[in-house]
Amino acid sequence: MPRGTLPSRRYFLASVSALPILAFAGTAAARSLSGTLPWRAFAGDPPQPVNPLGWHFFTPDEVATVEAIVDRLIPADTLSVGGKDAGCAVFIDRQLAGAFGKSSRLYMKGPFAAGLPTQGYQGELTPEGRYREGLKAINDYCRGVHGRNFAQMRPADQDAILTGLEEGKIDLKLSHGLSSRAFFELILQNTMEGFFADPLYGGNKGMAGWKLIGFPGARYDYRDHIGKPNVPYPRGPISIYGEA
Amino acid sequence: MAQLLPHKDVVIMGLGWTGAVLAQELTDAGLHVVAIERGPWRDTATNFNIGYMPDELRYAIRRELFLAPAQEAMTMRNNLAQTALPMRDYGSFLPGHGVGGAGVHWNGFNWRFFPSDFQIKTHLTKRYGAGRIRELQLEDWGVTYDEIEHCFDKFEYLCGTSGKAGNLKGRVVEGGNPFEGPRTRDYPNPPLKMPYSAMLFSEAAKGLGLHPFPSPAANMSRPYVNPLGVAMGECTYCGFCERFGCANYSKAMPQTTILPVLMRKPNFEARTECEVLKINLRPDGKTARSVTYVDAAGHEFEQPGDIILLCGYGMMNVRMMLLSGIGVPYDPVQGTGTVGRNYCYQTQGTGARLFFENKHFNPFIGTGALGATIDDFNGDAFDHSALDFVGGAGISCGSSNGRPIGNRPTPPGTPRWGAVWKKATAETYQNATGVGAQGTSYPVRGNYLDLDPTYKDRFGRPLLRVTFDFPDNDLRMSRYLSQQIEKIGKAMNPKQMAMNQSAKGWNSVPYQTTHNTGGAGMGANPKTSAVNRYLQSWDVSNLFVIGASAFQQNAGKNPTGTVGALAYWAAEAIRDQYLKKPGALVPA
Repeated sequence: MPRGTLPSRRYFLASVSALPILAFAGTAAARSLSGTLPWRAFAGDPPQPVNPLGWHFFTPDEVATVEAIVDRLIPADTLSVGGKDAGCAVFIDRQLAGAFGKSSRLYMKGPFAAGLPTQGYQGELTPEGRYREGLKAINDYCRGVHGRNFAQMRPADQDAILTGLEEGKIDLKLSHGLSSRAFFELILQNTMEGFFADPLYGGNKGMAGWKLIGFPGARYDYRDHIGKPNVPYPRGPISIYGEA
Repeated sequence: MAQLLPHKDVVIMGLGWTGAVLAQELTDAGLHVVAIERGPWRDTATNFNIGYMPDELRYAIRRELFLAPAQEAMTMRNNLAQTALPMRDYGSFLPGHGVGGAGVHWNGFNWRFFPSDFQIKTHLTKRYGAGRIRELQLEDWGVTYDEIEHCFDKFEYLCGTSGKAGNLKGRVVEGGNPFEGPRTRDYPNPPLKMPYSAMLFSEAAKGLGLHPFPSPAANMSRPYVNPLGVAMGECTYCGFCERFGCANYSKAMPQTTILPVLMRKPNFEARTECEVLKINLRPDGKTARSVTYVDAAGHEFEQPGDIILLCGYGMMNVRMMLLSGIGVPYDPVQGTGTVGRNYCYQTQGTGARLFFENKHFNPFIGTGALGATIDDFNGDAFDHSALDFVGGAGISCGSSNGRPIGNRPTPPGTPRWGAVWKKATAETYQNATGVGAQGTSYPVRGNYLDLDPTYKDRFGRPLLRVTFDFPDNDLRMSRYLSQQIEKIGKAMNPKQMAMNQSAKGWNSVPYQTTHNTGGAGMGANPKTSAVNRYLQSWDVSNLFVIGASAFQQNAGKNPTGTVGALAYWAAEAIRDQYLKKPGALVPA
């Protein structure tokens, strides 16, 4: 997972060229740069690929629910594998376990007040909290109406629940001003991220999402094809870590 | 207690485009310059590495290179009757961060504003009468296009801009933009190779008697060495431009144009991860003594300097003036004060999505500013006599990227998930393109910037408060432009078309554009401008405020080209006038 917190510890550890003017202040972080380009060989910050084994955030119940949801949002068919086999649940798990899950980048100071739609989500719940509360609320709702958890329901009934959330017709009565609709949007967004992000993040397994639409991934040089209007691009995708 | 540091000739806040241009010019003049930058050092090999830069999730979605709201957020509301709340995540616009600033993550559209934009009030009054613009708070900029033409030229050559002149010294050139102001010479590089979408657009526009031309792009159409001797590579049309640093050294950024020269100079110093807290005035209140900043370890320093340059993102410049008590804050009720006045945005959202069958647009083959534009309905290039608005928009079609988390259109009415969604997504990805309008944004009394009364940053300083909604004039413009786009779209002969136009209620959540302008406008009258025609503060004579903050309104064009020109213009004034005779360059 790339860094998302501020300031970046890894960057500071890599910063060895602080020049004297600030050294007296005893800081390793701020840098004074003068008279040279502070570029150094082999410096870099490549992303760490996700190890797909195990779960870092979700409980077993949550895993079952999320896997069932992503498999309805992106169902398996002749075009591609489904969301579960594409690794979307693993992707979301790792995102929630990292900086995204904790809203590390966001402005999280109070007071927290109910806002207008144009002002965006104004509650205190981080994505971690939203998933923890929202997934439980979905299963509570499903047990109340269907007598079983979401994962145990028939696909058509699952779709009806998801549609109800999407259209604002099912109210899960979530806390901190989080609407059920907004929670659905979060899952939908994260699922699509998982399906279409580079496979290193745990989703888009086998580059299934990219193959579905014909996106060549991290190829990075199309000079051989820019002069060929309306001609299909002949090569399949590659990923950052070289999967082809 | 801040530790007092040795004096410098020039102290710059922010090392993005304007900070780099000013530092380069003023170190050339022999001055000792320090730039204080709150973000990290960034260079191509390390931070925009080709091995991992094409990562949509990390850079475009999680926005690693952008300013995090945890460091500095802003509050927003649509009008005075609402209570502003913090944008807990940036959405509608994304301020840059770190060395290079917004010059890292931009697409590379490198425009000149029209000559009439700099004298907008005089020009429109003369053509349509004062009554026509009564609902707007338009002001002239105190400078003319002709005066800064050479500055536009300098910035375009610095950036290796790819394009085609439409007006060479008054002679209209076929294939360029016939509505642009006269230029002394052509762009340094020929246009980029056009994508299929722009070819269809250009053909349709020509058929309607319009004047398509290649959008001016700071993406290299061929290898280029700029006047500072810095080499850039040919663009590979990789499709990872906006929101990314360029790994190919082919998008103009401070890193690929100025910094390789600037950083080697012994009379330049950059201090990174150091955030300016305020500008300290001398007891007379008419000159600045120093800036106070805090480094990443929390130590405070006071850096004295003869000249202080605010070179942050435009909105940050305005906030720093307000935090430092410089100038009179704008009061939208009384209509007094100038700092925070005439905040404008960009009237986005006007456009069409076009859906075809059996095409191969290859949307992933693209670069930031790749495509074609018509200016037939932009600014005052067309007669508004019989219309109910002023202003207009550039209409463009091109290919900047096909990154699939953010860019996978489906025809209207398609579900957003499930089997039907998947099939439509697979079928549409190669078959969709768009025609969009980038509209003028004109100032009105109620749109402005000030300090929020409630919300504070991590140092306890008030956040900037944005009060903005799309003015009625601009929405009428959007409606008219959408009618023009519809005609062009139909002429492109798609199977299906979905139209969009701007609407009341600016929403801070979905991304629109990072073209925020105004708040420290330039002009000839200290009652309606915060800085004079040289971007020098009317109130504090050794302070220059450089950036899109100086715009009195926003044109229907990306602002960076004009920001770059104004940066050179201010540098020239400091070097040629101020250094010889420090003090107000224009009597107040």
